[in-house]
Amino acid sequence: MRKLMLGNEAIARGAYEAGATVATAYPGTPSTEITENVARYEEIDTEWSVNEKVALEVGIGSSIAGARTLVSMKHVGLNVAADPLMSVSYPGVNAGLVIAVADDPSQHSSQNEQDTRYYGRFGKIPVLEPADSQECKDFVKKAFKLSEDFDTPVIVRINTRISHSRGLVELEDRIDFELKEYDQNPNKYIVAPAVAKKRRVVAEERLAKLKEFAEDSELNQVEYDKKDVGIITSGVAYHHSKEVFEDASFLKLGLSYPLPQKMIEDFVNQCETVYVIEELEPIFEEQIKSWGLEVIGKDVLPTIGELNPAIIREAVLGNTKEKLELEQEFPIRPAVLCPGCHHRGVFYILKKLKLHVSGDIGCYTLGAFPPLQAMDTCICMGASVGMAFGFEKARGKEFAKKSVAVIGDSTFWHTGVNGLIDLVYNQGNTTVIILDNSTTAMTGHQENPSTGYNVKGGKAPNISFEKLGKSIGIERVRTIDAYEIDEVERIVKEETATEEPSLIITKKPCVLHKRADVINDPLNIEGDLCTGCKKCLDIGCPAISFTGETVKINETLCVGCELCTEMCNFDAIKKGAN
Amino acid sequence: MDIIIAAVGGQGALLASKVLGRLAQNKGLDVKMSEVHGMAQRGGSVITHVRFAEEVNSPLIEEGSADVVLALEMLEGARYISYLKPGGKLITNTQKIDPMSVIIGQQEYPAELKEQLSQLDLEIITEDALGLAKEAGNMKAANIALMGVLAKNTEIEKEEWLTAIKEIVPEKFQEVNITAFELGFNSEV
Ligand SMILES: Cc1ncc(C[n+]2csc(CCOP(=O)(O)OP(=O)(O)O)c2C)c(N)n1
Repeated sequence: MRKLMLGNEAIARGAYEAGATVATAYPGTPSTEITENVARYEEIDTEWSVNEKVALEVGIGSSIAGARTLVSMKHVGLNVAADPLMSVSYPGVNAGLVIAVADDPSQHSSQNEQDTRYYGRFGKIPVLEPADSQECKDFVKKAFKLSEDFDTPVIVRINTRISHSRGLVELEDRIDFELKEYDQNPNKYIVAPAVAKKRRVVAEERLAKLKEFAEDSELNQVEYDKKDVGIITSGVAYHHSKEVFEDASFLKLGLSYPLPQKMIEDFVNQCETVYVIEELEPIFEEQIKSWGLEVIGKDVLPTIGELNPAIIREAVLGNTKEKLELEQEFPIRPAVLCPGCHHRGVFYILKKLKLHVSGDIGCYTLGAFPPLQAMDTCICMGASVGMAFGFEKARGKEFAKKSVAVIGDSTFWHTGVNGLIDLVYNQGNTTVIILDNSTTAMTGHQENPSTGYNVKGGKAPNISFEKLGKSIGIERVRTIDAYEIDEVERIVKEETATEEPSLIITKKPCVLHKRADVINDPLNIEGDLCTGCKKCLDIGCPAISFTGETVKINETLCVGCELCTEMCNFDAIKKGAN
Repeated sequence: MDIIIAAVGGQGALLASKVLGRLAQNKGLDVKMSEVHGMAQRGGSVITHVRFAEEVNSPLIEEGSADVVLALEMLEGARYISYLKPGGKLITNTQKIDPMSVIIGQQEYPAELKEQLSQLDLEIITEDALGLAKEAGNMKAANIALMGVLAKNTEIEKEEWLTAIKEIVPEKFQEVNITAFELGFNSEV
């Protein structure tokens, strides 16, 4: 049977067919749907881990204990998991351990464009690169076998266009993978220097064997056609290139680390001009050139951003297709906080109070943009708390009264909690605000430790911010309704003024969440009460716009949260008016 | 056939592309589509690529090659018009949604978009899909109403569209969506 599947769905299917019984992950676009789909298989014990480091650690333990295990994350998640990743490389695995990592060239939803293939070289870990949904499934199965055959974790590198593209996939049955014996082997798994030095040698030997394997692995495919142009490529860039070069010869690298040197040398020697078409960094190109071979790569192709057929066509052939154009600049339309969003009122108040806001990553990062513009910094997940404390260290206690950290519920559990402990232990005064919308909204509503549910939709312990705060020694812990903006204002003022650390939790479920009581009772402007003062536009709600004289409310967008009614001095905005 | 769906996040571009994918799959064709998930869905500009043929390579449609641009919002149709091949069809909803930059007065929603688009080498078909969806009983069905207009403009049998819709749209929304599709299909534009 063939099914139209997202690349991510196919990765999950591959793990299922390979007999995996454990899967862990922390969400992150574009990798999230891998785990959402894995969770649908009863046979696979799946978890949303608190962060990627823990996800990989649970995965390593599960592999040593005998279960085929899939760990998934986005590219920057691998930075968080880099310590266990680099450390498990020497000891190796027991049952197959596959780490699916999704890159985001063009930064559709990410803070950077890092190329995960570097981690393969860095950690001496093989990297597989599927090019479409069918290969996502096939390569994950091959990755499990490779992992066991070579006693190594294996990275499967995908990207946004593979994760979020659908293609037809031929389904097969799940194999019966029997749990392997628990591998009690301190000489392998205790990375104390005495053991690790020996494993260092093993890792190098393993890499040599992998290089031999690469030479005749079916993962790497040569397709000869006309030999005046040869293309060396991998992943989705292969399909883009196929659109542009109909009769060129291709060397498609499915195993992108380590490279098959002899195969590449042979290909380059047979073709007249060889282009290396790889997305992001010139990783193949630099290795190939270091062998003294002549190829063309980033000399003509961009390093920044994702590739597509048009970019490749223009870079290599110097031509473009005829296209229609309007000579006009269009207003931009970036993502915005949704109508009814929990975060809107809080940011409105933080801006009103002119606070320095150390921000973090999530939907709430959108509070940094006009008209709210209530955030000074945002560096990486969890950083808000430590950074706000850094402000205080540099500029003193008075500055701490003028600044706060804001962090989402999921991000707090991810890596914010460490910063909070650091703040208390080192006697800071900074106020930390947890924006608790009871979900991991930005990546599409995943559960987390304070939602009360697990990845399969079952009940889970609901870990309390309040109790956590108290237990680490914060005396001032306050919880408020995020829609009550006068109350938010009062409490933020009080807490920033004190000379001790405070924790404020603002609560209101994300309006898009399936468990939220959807209000869905759009507001309207009452008769001619609107004076056109535009004060309500300050909250940046996409449902409100100015017609030239008065404002109007878009009934298809408004959910009726009534934040705008709190802004209006003329009582012009009402339910059921008009 | 190569179709670009241009929309504002939340308008239901994903559902529309799923229906198209199923339609093509039912015809025994190869299908690839590229979607937008994550951040851009929060009211941002969204472009979906749908391709079906005997064999499809790239999941992305090259600029200047789409047979149809299906725009759930007119500004978004204009934004991605470079994807349409010269002489191709732009099927667009007349609904306009102001982006934040327009709401707060930093930028202006382009005036006379339809007239401007009509100057280009393309066939423009406009429809008040939101109006049709309201008539069908649910504003969220504007995507499928516009798909009715698309269906009328292809060689593919109406029955095949209806089958795909029934297979993809969840049971409880089927009736509304089929009504919306019919309204789009039968609309005199
Ligand atoms: C290391 C890392 N992992 C994952 C992500 C993707 N990501 C960004 S923010 C976020 C969670 C947001 O959830 P929350 O903090 O609850 O805020 P919300 O979006 O609900 O407002 C995730 C998963 C990332 N940017 N970096």
